[in-house]
Amino acid sequence: MAQLDLRQKLSVLADAAKYDASCASSGTSKRDSSDSKGLGSTEGMGICHAYTPDGRCVSLLKILLTNFCIYDCAYCINRASSNVPRARFNVQEVVDLTLNFYRRNYIEGLFLSSGIIRSGDYTMEQLVLVAKTLREVHGFRGYIHLKLIPEADPKLVEMAGLYADRLSANIELPRDEALQRLAPQKDVGVIKKAMGQVRLGVEAAKPEKRDRIKPPKFAPAGQSTQLIVGADGAPDTEIIDRSASLYGGYGLRRVYYSAFSPIPDASSSLPLQKPPLMREHRLYQADWLMRFYGFSPPEIGEATVGGMLDLAIDPKLAWALNRREHFPVDVNTASREMLLRVPGLGVKSVDRMISVRRYRTLRLEDIARLCRGIDKVRPFISALDWTPGGLTDAADLRARISPDPAPKQLSLF
Amino acid sequence: MRVATLDSETDFDGWRKAARAFRSAGVRPGEAAFRVGRDDGGLFDELEPQDGGQGAQFPVPRAFVELAQAVILHRSEDRFDLLYRLLWRLEREPDLIRVVSDRDVADAFERAKNVSRASHKMKAFVRFRLAEEEGDEHWISWFEPAHRVLERTAPFFARRFTTMRWSILTPDGQAHWDTRHMTFGPPATRDMAPAEDEIEDFWKTYYASTFNPARLKTKTMQGEMPKRYWANLPEAALIPDLIASAAAREAAMVAAPAPEPNPRLAKTLSRLNRDRAFEEGFTPSSLEELGQAVQACRRCPLWRDATQGVCGQGARPARLMIVGEQPGDQEDLAGKPFVGPAGQVLDAALAEAGIDRDDAFVTNAVRHFKHTPRGKRRIHQTPTTSEITACRWWLDAERSLVKPKVILMLGGTAAQGVMGRKPEVMKARGRAIPLPDATALLTVHPSYLLRLPDREAAAVARERFVADLKMVQRLL
Ligand code: SF4
Repeated sequence: MAQLDLRQKLSVLADAAKYDASCASSGTSKRDSSDSKGLGSTEGMGICHAYTPDGRCVSLLKILLTNFCIYDCAYCINRASSNVPRARFNVQEVVDLTLNFYRRNYIEGLFLSSGIIRSGDYTMEQLVLVAKTLREVHGFRGYIHLKLIPEADPKLVEMAGLYADRLSANIELPRDEALQRLAPQKDVGVIKKAMGQVRLGVEAAKPEKRDRIKPPKFAPAGQSTQLIVGADGAPDTEIIDRSASLYGGYGLRRVYYSAFSPIPDASSSLPLQKPPLMREHRLYQADWLMRFYGFSPPEIGEATVGGMLDLAIDPKLAWALNRREHFPVDVNTASREMLLRVPGLGVKSVDRMISVRRYRTLRLEDIARLCRGIDKVRPFISALDWTPGGLTDAADLRARISPDPAPKQLSLF
Repeated sequence: MRVATLDSETDFDGWRKAARAFRSAGVRPGEAAFRVGRDDGGLFDELEPQDGGQGAQFPVPRAFVELAQAVILHRSEDRFDLLYRLLWRLEREPDLIRVVSDRDVADAFERAKNVSRASHKMKAFVRFRLAEEEGDEHWISWFEPAHRVLERTAPFFARRFTTMRWSILTPDGQAHWDTRHMTFGPPATRDMAPAEDEIEDFWKTYYASTFNPARLKTKTMQGEMPKRYWANLPEAALIPDLIASAAAREAAMVAAPAPEPNPRLAKTLSRLNRDRAFEEGFTPSSLEELGQAVQACRRCPLWRDATQGVCGQGARPARLMIVGEQPGDQEDLAGKPFVGPAGQVLDAALAEAGIDRDDAFVTNAVRHFKHTPRGKRRIHQTPTTSEITACRWWLDAERSLVKPKVILMLGGTAAQGVMGRKPEVMKARGRAIPLPDATALLTVHPSYLLRLPDREAAAVARERFVADLKMVQRLL
């Protein structure tokens, strides 16, 4: 373990993996090692063991098996034509690193991806072998996320699903046309077919109520994908449409949005700019509105201008400002669906309000204690001792709520 | 002022006993005090219950007990008083705990949340170092939790690291796990834990490499990883340098000239591209070729949100060709026609009419699944005339390869795909329609049978469907 060589490899292959936004380790089946065999546990909720200065959590050992790649996707630092230093782990090295880090409580598990070497099948086989060794030789009960090599044999995808908690294949570019231009060897159809296969696998592993034999677990934490934002010309509405189609088609747990960031040795066909971090943030919020707040993609569209989400205010507030006829909402009588539409009220606050109002009639002061900030909420609700009057329709409402007049895209720090 | 003495800062049972006694003695919240330690005890013993001890039994909601068990771990001095105030109020307001907007209740929940966060951060930020003792591995951590959560959180580590011998040392106390039992000890000091571990350098290497300098967001980082924990996180020592060098690293990436494209690679790529694209004027010479080519079809927008183009399957040549509307949710994933619920209805009806599905060629008028997403489901949508027309190209190609004698058209879309026009299904069904190359017969789509809510009506409709299939049988 203690050769310098291995540390250098780790540095190269972690660096190469960092542009993948997914790192979560949550939502898998519960298990632990209290039967005194093996190592590790998962308790449903993932744990972030550290945060890097980019504000992203470190939950998994996220590395590539190798950054050699026969493909030449323009947005990818590992593409064949890039001049980055190359390295390759062997299976045992990844297994050892994972176990060594896990025992010291640095990580929740492993997220293993790889450049394509030799062939899709060969590469996928190696990834599966790492997971298999961890599970079968070391009784590893921690979290494993494997990247699918979409063109690999369906049998390998099936095996991957048996060992991994989560599988993912990255769509990368929201526009298929751009994928063809920037990643000529990638075929969005092949990626979707692989995701379709995972969905069928996950569904087959759900026991029917009457079944007595439990089918083997298949990727219990489901699958996810990543869309790069800002490398092709797709506007936010197009990105959200694509996400909705992916959630519906493949039962994805998450779509990750990754602001395209300059990469060393970048291809000349890409924008060299600071990553659009605020845009990425707004897309996550819009995605959240779709998944937990009952917003449909066309409704998200109502929160945009020219297909782009407002960078200065969050999409829910933007929607409410454009659809004021729905407000104010009476916090004491409104349905859960309507309360969820109020800017500044989250799922938790709304559920609490609903439970409290069985015992008390809510006043503005109650609401203030149940949400993060009352200023954003006030114009859109009425309570026992509060009506917003003309405030809801005030022409300068936006300025009153978000006094920052000149939104800037770039810096977040 | 009445004073009760508790054994320790986290002595919940002691607090509960004392609080019960106070309550039954009618001691008001402002007059009850709780102290930790033995020295000023004694006053408590003088308490005489005013209501004959009966009040000592009064019930409190379970939610309150759970809340109190968490709040007591909070480091604030006045937590015992807050809990007693809540307990006191519960007599008159039995639902109080549910009124989370109440000042006291909200305060208690806030403290419970801090405690739970401290416990969560402990799960995250404990770093074990390896110490060898008499050839035995012992994993030891020095940790300083924000609140007194050691005992509450230790079982998590026992479940996770059951087969490891480990100890967590904190200023509040120690937890030891010997692979079977948990024991707790007195407060510890930092020097009781190992000062280093050889794997730490690997961890720091990983931490530094996984940071993208173009995305600096230091505020978010500090919100999630408060500075109070940094002293015991080996990787935290790297943070100042990573931040300081980020701007320069990013500038270098942006400024670096793009590499010259490799001409050989470019040539291979353009060839690959060309070969993959579907070209107009192409005539497939086999069904396999057709199945491949359809994946590149862009004649209408339906390919975009579908998984794959689904072509026909079955016998070839076949005397009977069965044409449906379009692949559904399941067909779209599996890449095969009629595998979903409608396919099952069709199979059963075919069997009843004496037709072997294996002798037929089953396909669709439209090759890609048309739908709209709704949450985690996809809702089927009927293809438009222009989509059906665009897709006829593929159906025609299939027809010329399969050369069927009879074509069974399931529903209006199928008829439109086969004949180029849409007759009224209910009128035209069940009659032989001569085509230049075959005889066609129209009936309903099996999913229509699935949608009929009325049982009797469904049975009648199904009978008619089977009768239509028997007609096909006669034509063959
Ligand atoms: S539905 Fe038919 S015409 Fe439209 S893209 Fe698919 S194969 Fe082409």
